[in-house]
Amino acid sequence: MTEFLATPIGTLILLVLETLAILVPLLVFVAYATWAERKVLGAMHLRKGPNVVGLFGLLQPFADALKMLMKETIIPAGANRALFLLAPVITFVLAMIAWAVVPVNDGWAVAKINVGVLYLFAISSLGVYGVIIAGWASNSKYAFLGAMRSAAQMVSYEVSIGFVMVSVLLCVGSLNLNDIVLAQRHVWFVIPLLPMFLVFFISGLAETNRSPFDLPEGESEIVAGFFVEYSSLAFGLFFLGEYANMFLMSAMTTILFLGGWLAPFGVEPFTWLPGPIWFLLKVFACMFVFIWVRGTLPRYRYDQLMRLGWKVFLPLSLFWLVLTAGVLMATGWVPRT
Amino acid sequence: MIATAAFYVFAAVLLGSAALVVSARNPVHSVLFLILAFFNAAGLFLLAGAEFLAMILVIVYVGAVAVLFLFVVMMLDIDFTRMREGIQRYAPVGATVGVILLVELASVFGSWQLLPQSASLRGAVAPGAVSNTAALGDLLYTHNVLLFQLAGLVLLVAMIGAIVLTLRARKASRRQDISRQVAQRVEDTLVLVKVGLGAAVTEAEFQRPLPEPAVAAAEPHGGGHGHGGTHAAEVR
Repeated sequence: MTEFLATPIGTLILLVLETLAILVPLLVFVAYATWAERKVLGAMHLRKGPNVVGLFGLLQPFADALKMLMKETIIPAGANRALFLLAPVITFVLAMIAWAVVPVNDGWAVAKINVGVLYLFAISSLGVYGVIIAGWASNSKYAFLGAMRSAAQMVSYEVSIGFVMVSVLLCVGSLNLNDIVLAQRHVWFVIPLLPMFLVFFISGLAETNRSPFDLPEGESEIVAGFFVEYSSLAFGLFFLGEYANMFLMSAMTTILFLGGWLAPFGVEPFTWLPGPIWFLLKVFACMFVFIWVRGTLPRYRYDQLMRLGWKVFLPLSLFWLVLTAGVLMATGWVPRT
Repeated sequence: MIATAAFYVFAAVLLGSAALVVSARNPVHSVLFLILAFFNAAGLFLLAGAEFLAMILVIVYVGAVAVLFLFVVMMLDIDFTRMREGIQRYAPVGATVGVILLVELASVFGSWQLLPQSASLRGAVAPGAVSNTAALGDLLYTHNVLLFQLAGLVLLVAMIGAIVLTLRARKASRRQDISRQVAQRVEDTLVLVKVGLGAAVTEAEFQRPLPEPAVAAAEPHGGGHGHGGTHAAEVR
């Protein structure tokens, strides 16, 4: 068996199985994230949320998926056909391929590459393409407005995310995601780098176009923003992509700041749970905050959004980066690799 | 074997999309092909073992530069049929410049001499056990730190230059001044008066001061603000 796995075909089969092992649970989680979001928002509004299809409405995601599949795919007459159909595919594929490098436990990643953080950063910075192409290819005013807003927004917040990542990397001394988690054995980075954690999480909200930064969608002013012309499966791909991106942001927050698969404090009662469970619990906690924020805060105005990104987060993250570097140098804690 | 096949795929797609960048009719398609070309270049870097460079190429060029480029191309209302009019007239000049560059490159590479020992170093991006991120960092920040800083300074000067050239104060914009808003007290905006029977309130200055009169915009605002004029033209 092991000889077979060493052959090219065996390697390929193994790779496909590994990919499925991460994508299938991810898609199930994404489906149930939509259910959980409606339940949580319902509870915050003193409503029940979905409760008709199945026990506690648990079959609601499947009913929604079926509904989405049965609808007609409408392509507007003035749309650029190829790009119109390409955009949701880009969004969805980008949200999926980022998971190749995410370590769920010590060494449990499909691709253990040395520049894992850069890969995640690169993929998350590409997410804007699905949005821009969708907005432009729809040939519709509202869609285009949404796309323009999103392009400006995602590019602005990416800059602070980059600085936050660099300050984490300074404390680790490696770009490997596995090393980043292992460097948090003694103390999770959320404690020494608390302001960076907040900047990262809020920028993550902006990067995934979530409330209170969901201006690209802005259903009250520009209808539904960049995907106003989409229906059926094409819309479904955007929908799944958005939730998968939220999971990705939560996973990145978990890896960079919340100690990945490590149990809190690393002491007895907590270490009884295996690493992947801790990883999932932390990701779910972040997802809950995503939904919580949506249920709590009103949408930002566009100039306030830009001000927050460029005039508050950028100087703050730059200052904290210099401060981190200075403290590491002064105390001699610079990691040697 | 897989690496060789991947190399040829990346190289072929790179060249094909680079050709399409120049020849595509629609400027937005050109930019998208440019992005495809960047991706394939990143793939070639990966094959050569330069993983850091590959990722930086994607982050900087695809994630930032090309987004802004696409943004601008979509916003602009370029009439590409008119831009293409002069192409026959300027083609000889462009071809001459291209040929001169090609000859120069050929003369440089023709006189390139390789040491016999260097053959073993081919494809080795980083020396030995050092990861190539660390090797690059060592080279840039330790050995050539002054040159690196100088390059950064040049970029900074270019950036400030661009801002100085394009910045113009817009008097009419009603910018939000948060500190002023926070410092504002009730007395600044509101006057409470008790109006007696049959009396009138004369003081009526509790309203917000009107903004300064807008300076008439100097540049004429022509029509054609709709996006993607070329796009619509293509559909037709």
